[in-house]
Amino acid sequence: MTKISLTVNGKSVSAEVEPRTLLVQFLREKLLLTGTHVGCDTSQCGACVVHVDGSAVKSCTMLAVQADGARVTTIEGIAQGGVLHPMQEAFREHHGLQCGFCTPGMIMSALDMVNRLGPILDESAIRENLDGNLCRCTGYHNIVKAIAAGAAAMGANPTRAAAE
Amino acid sequence: MNASVVTPIGAPVRRKEDHRFITGKGRYTDDLSRPGQAHAYFLRSPYAHARIRAIDTSAAIDMPGVVAVLTGKDLAQDGLGGLICGWMIHSKDGSPMNAGAHPALALDTVRYVGDHVAVIIAETLNAAKDAAAAVVVDYEILPAVADLAQAQAEGGPVIHDVAPRNTVFEWELGDKAGTEAAFARAAHVTAIDIVNNRLAPNPMEPRAAIGDYDAGDDAFTLWTTSQNPHVARLVLSAFVGLAPENKLRVIAPDVGGGFGSKIFIYAEETVCAWASKRVGRPVKWTCERGEAFLCDAHGRDHITRGELALDGEGRILGFRVKTTANMGAYLSTFSSCVPTYLYATLLSGQYAIPAIYCEVDAVYTNTAPVDAYRGAGRPEATFLVERIIDKAARELGMDPAEMRRRNFVTAFPHQTPVIMCYDAGDYGASLDKALALADYTGFPARKAEAERRGRLRGIGLSAYIEACGIAPSAAVGSLGAGVGLWESAEVRVNPTGNVEVLTGSHSHGQGHETTFAQLVSARLGIPIDQVSVVHGDTDKVQFGMGTYGSRSGAVGMSAIVKALDKVEAKAKKIAAHVLEASEGDIEFKDGRFTVAGTDRGLAFAEVALNAYVAHKFPTSEIEPGLKEGAFYDPSNFTFPAGCHVCELEVDPETGVTQIVNWVAVDDFGTVINPMIVEGQVHGGIAQGVGQALMERVAYDNDGQLVTGSYMDYQMPRAEDLPSFTLGLTETRCPSNPLGMKGCGEAGAIAAPPAVINALTDALGTQDISMPATPAKLWAVAQARVTRRAAE
Repeated sequence: MTKISLTVNGKSVSAEVEPRTLLVQFLREKLLLTGTHVGCDTSQCGACVVHVDGSAVKSCTMLAVQADGARVTTIEGIAQGGVLHPMQEAFREHHGLQCGFCTPGMIMSALDMVNRLGPILDESAIRENLDGNLCRCTGYHNIVKAIAAGAAAMGANPTRAAAE
Repeated sequence: MNASVVTPIGAPVRRKEDHRFITGKGRYTDDLSRPGQAHAYFLRSPYAHARIRAIDTSAAIDMPGVVAVLTGKDLAQDGLGGLICGWMIHSKDGSPMNAGAHPALALDTVRYVGDHVAVIIAETLNAAKDAAAAVVVDYEILPAVADLAQAQAEGGPVIHDVAPRNTVFEWELGDKAGTEAAFARAAHVTAIDIVNNRLAPNPMEPRAAIGDYDAGDDAFTLWTTSQNPHVARLVLSAFVGLAPENKLRVIAPDVGGGFGSKIFIYAEETVCAWASKRVGRPVKWTCERGEAFLCDAHGRDHITRGELALDGEGRILGFRVKTTANMGAYLSTFSSCVPTYLYATLLSGQYAIPAIYCEVDAVYTNTAPVDAYRGAGRPEATFLVERIIDKAARELGMDPAEMRRRNFVTAFPHQTPVIMCYDAGDYGASLDKALALADYTGFPARKAEAERRGRLRGIGLSAYIEACGIAPSAAVGSLGAGVGLWESAEVRVNPTGNVEVLTGSHSHGQGHETTFAQLVSARLGIPIDQVSVVHGDTDKVQFGMGTYGSRSGAVGMSAIVKALDKVEAKAKKIAAHVLEASEGDIEFKDGRFTVAGTDRGLAFAEVALNAYVAHKFPTSEIEPGLKEGAFYDPSNFTFPAGCHVCELEVDPETGVTQIVNWVAVDDFGTVINPMIVEGQVHGGIAQGVGQALMERVAYDNDGQLVTGSYMDYQMPRAEDLPSFTLGLTETRCPSNPLGMKGCGEAGAIAAPPAVINALTDALGTQDISMPATPAKLWAVAQARVTRRAAE
């Protein structure tokens, strides 16, 4: 067992983990943050995307011990004081989800996209940058609309957009 | 739209369920844990066909953290039965289908790679996996057949002794002599050979289960990823013999997509429930994606020859079809009805075809079971019909749109030669609207422009029809179904006037918590946030048949309407007493009961309170309370139909297809929530495009799964798809009170032939099979270049 200490959604946590524990297992099973999902076993689907030190990471492809000392943000950590993040609101407003299983990863990837590319995102940029996230329900049509709208809302209101 | 207002039918109300999903508070089965739970891991066959000589579990049992290692012998020892197929099909000669036994854990034979050999239960999943490596299985490898085309060969491997030549049944539908006569007088015959590619459903949430046996009550609870928890309970109780229904609670909490694959009662869920009693602890299992590719029931997998008899003017005289359908190694829960009554009954398409004859051989192979996947039989029928009519049009030199128009059914009701009676539709209207939205007449100019850029541009139509609202119970009973396909609902009005709706339908992405509440809100005149929808728990909802076949609107919501009728009728009686008026004078509108011709009235909530207080009406005549249930059995299937137009470009240098425009015009009858309906269409199209361009489950000759992960099985990604242009036409369905038809499968049914017809148009050849991958299209495009150079 290895001891790790990290910050998850703004809270300090320490734990003893088996070295082979994946970050996603640690989040789901130890911290009971079950919003981060596992949809595949080959790092393809993106349901497990979280932010580690401000960048999107597939938490199924990182060991918990590698997150020692890091700042991790999950889907549970982006609403502020009960107020939804603009990207969360955009997914609801534009029907960017159906079964909801891929949604946390989609939203975390979308935030990373805005962080990297800015708040003005055209359709082709969004589609290209969603390459690491699979959705089987929506055909992506409304996810693309939601991300464009969420990004624009973040640009219009930078304080509400700050998730981390 | 604000949740605190009354929501009319037809409004794009935002979803009530979304808050928990966008905040990470969904409750999927794998998110749940039970105190003291152990973890299950399944040891699976590495061979497609083998006899098990012996299983030595002794070393595994001694591994750290291992609780139990159980095999098929343990299951048999406890007297549990095998998994069943719930739909009896008879062969042409009247004999019942040859169904081989399907034990949840193999007894002496494994029949596909991934078949269940043993379950290892341990303190942690990793401990269970470690121990699985220590189970020693002595296999005698047997010859296997994975290729559908080879499976019926004389002298080949026999997968089940009860099924000679691996043939489950040889079935037929339609008028053989009448069809032969049509061909005898045909001016032209168009023939086509089709492979409908095998698909993996791939809901993003993998299956999962927690079995929890309570020794105090001698009762089981099973949390599972099911589209139909009551059916799961019925099968586990009545056929597997796990426990009586009153001692078995099945809960399907949030379920992350199904597309058919979560209808079925699988080995793993069964074993988890049973094993929880064996080991005296809750047992949890979560499927890995690799296991899902191996063991979730696959879809499609047909080989078909179709022939169309036409007169001199392009009118269809007859249609003859011979299909071989792959069932995999075992008959899954509803597998037998998919290539039969869900397939051949739709072979008339949108067309008036005087004579149809279809033969279907269902065949075992050493592959995973095949069962319903989004559309289930209807995509296979539509692909065949829409491909062959397109091919016929091109052979006759006719515009494919005109060819279709000339053959449309135009008068309703229309009895087809293959059971179905279409109740309403306007196929010309959807075709016209789709062609207009797609600027069909402007296509030649766009094609010429593309050619100047070195791109091959094509346009393809698909005028699909499907049968939804499954289904009238007596009708499906006469065709071999083991169950009735009604739906139940209960409307519980609470004393303060808010409402719980209990439904036997199950939502796993369809948004029932919103649309069902929207219906109640509109009817009772109460805000939508005062309506909660309860589903997915056999202890809460009395019974239900679940969600598949686009039935939850047409059947599930009809049951709610029936229950609401009863609520309103009783509330009127109570209102009459409270208002001291005669019952016949009470009117109910906009959430108020009023005495006709006066300004006296009561709000819905006031009547609800009176119903429970019961001070102001004679309880000898009217029972206190306001809660009504209903079972609704549909009078007919519903027939959603429409026209999709795909426009695409192929790069002849790379073979890569880019879909540049997609128009979908659908007739779903009454639409409750257009936002949700559009979402269903988008998702369906994506799956259909996936089938057409990239998806294929492949096995090698030894029955090893070649496409076992997302590295090998190509799923549609955002970049593979365009944004879609949607339109609606509406003919009300006369067969249910709301006039609904169903929208869940339309896209997946319509899309594959639209894509392939567009590709045949772009490339000038009919010889394009699914999935039309870049490698295939590149070869076709290069051959075209060579051919043109030679000319």
